[in-house]
Amino acid sequence: MAEAAAAAPALQLEGVTCTFPSPDGRGRSYTAVQGASFTVADGEFVSIVGPTGSGKSTMLNVAAGLLKPSEGRALSFGQPVTGINPKAGYMFQAEALMPWKSALDNVAAGLEFRGVSKAEARERAMPWLSRVGLEGFGDRFPHQLSGGMRKRVALAQTLIVDPKIILMDEPFSALDVQTRQMMENELLDLWAADRKSVVFITHDLEEAIAMSDRVLVLSAGPGSRLIGEYRIDLDRPRDVAEIRMTPQFLALHQEIWAQLRDEVLKGYAQTKLR
Amino acid sequence: MRSHAKRLPSRPVILLLQLGVLIAFFLIWHVLTDTKILSPFFFGTPGAVLARTWADFASGVIWYHLGITLLETALAFVIGTVAGIAFGFWFARAPLVSVVFDPYIKAVNALPRVVLAPIFALWLGLGIWSKVALGVTLVFFIVFFNVYQGVKEVSPVVLANARMLGASSRDLFRHVYLPSALSWVFSSLHTAVGFAMVGAVVGEYLGSAAGLGYRIHQAEGVFDTVGVFSGMLVLTIFVVLIDAAVTVIEKRLLHWRPQDTSGGQH
Repeated sequence: MAEAAAAAPALQLEGVTCTFPSPDGRGRSYTAVQGASFTVADGEFVSIVGPTGSGKSTMLNVAAGLLKPSEGRALSFGQPVTGINPKAGYMFQAEALMPWKSALDNVAAGLEFRGVSKAEARERAMPWLSRVGLEGFGDRFPHQLSGGMRKRVALAQTLIVDPKIILMDEPFSALDVQTRQMMENELLDLWAADRKSVVFITHDLEEAIAMSDRVLVLSAGPGSRLIGEYRIDLDRPRDVAEIRMTPQFLALHQEIWAQLRDEVLKGYAQTKLR
Repeated sequence: MRSHAKRLPSRPVILLLQLGVLIAFFLIWHVLTDTKILSPFFFGTPGAVLARTWADFASGVIWYHLGITLLETALAFVIGTVAGIAFGFWFARAPLVSVVFDPYIKAVNALPRVVLAPIFALWLGLGIWSKVALGVTLVFFIVFFNVYQGVKEVSPVVLANARMLGASSRDLFRHVYLPSALSWVFSSLHTAVGFAMVGAVVGEYLGSAAGLGYRIHQAEGVFDTVGVFSGMLVLTIFVVLIDAAVTVIEKRLLHWRPQDTSGGQH
């Protein structure tokens, strides 16, 4: 942490609170996140786990600059985030590819937006398609690809513009277990190659532990707070499937789950009330 | 879906059956008028209609009128589409404008446009522009509503993703809003082209000196039923050809859409 303090952290949230007007318009507002503060060091892989409805995506949107917090602020590499955070890449949970662009053009889009000519952007997108294992699929449209392939395109699309921090909002939650573990390993490989900072949001504790340097636990909403922080000092490189069998992993899982379980139960009760 | 498709005969067989329906229709028409069950004066005869149509094409008279109708259709389509896209975007991006004008848009759209034809003739004369104007009032609303919908229905996630990738508002327009809106426009292409043509023909019918509508009207004026049916035949062939062209264009422009890949070209 000492060296992280010297250089500005990749992401720093200071007392972020997000309040939304209630959807039924009766004037009662809904607080998604309450006073969240945490930092992500340069090159660090941090996961945030929490029960459904705990405002995980809300925090990520604040970090991305897509959402202005009601209170507090976000800093990225020392710069306050106002508007879209130019240093951040965002991988969404839902389908975010442009359906009218081919896989190649989707990957090339970020470069085109940065003023690179279409021909050059395509040329530079080619190697990225191969890096995510989609060589020869460049002319397919999103609907012609499987869910896992679409996620790979989205990953290449996010990484090609070389973001300094990658925000991932349950990117693999829609995939089946096998595809998901493959994607998780691929993500770790890509991450190991040039150590960008990653904020990875998930409701799956195993996924969080298997991939991260640090796991943050959010309480159940509304008004979620950060209630726990765990350092994951498992050796790298890791294989997400194998690491789940190691005793250290199980010990960490037990420790964090003891805290998370109560929140999950609270969150579940909340959804039943609503 | 597949099991239903399998029970159908192959494409050539279907084409033959379709041709059979056409021949049967002309045959029944021929028999009924030939035996005088239906009066040839009121119903024409298929032979005479075909001969008249052939003569019109052979002498070249019809080409001029076809050209006029085609020109009016094309102009109405282009002007109506461009205006519809422009206004559709404007309304979708400016909520206040759309809320204020909403009842008026609905009112004008509910008005049967045929009643405007004489007004347009008065304003724009009996040349092509009064017909183009009528077609535009029909095409505009179809395109307008579709563009409005297309812009409104852009997925917020796709939009956020493009913004995170560094898209400026110009990029968003070019790479997100426009393709989304155009996909809606293209899916209404058949209707829009059809309406452009209705505007042209109805306009000609109500007052003009050229075009297919004018020819049909002239024939009706002198109880020339063969001429009327011949005009209708030419109009039908014309419409079918344009519709086929639209289908080809649509397939090309919307190839990224799931429902258009059932042909299996990929």
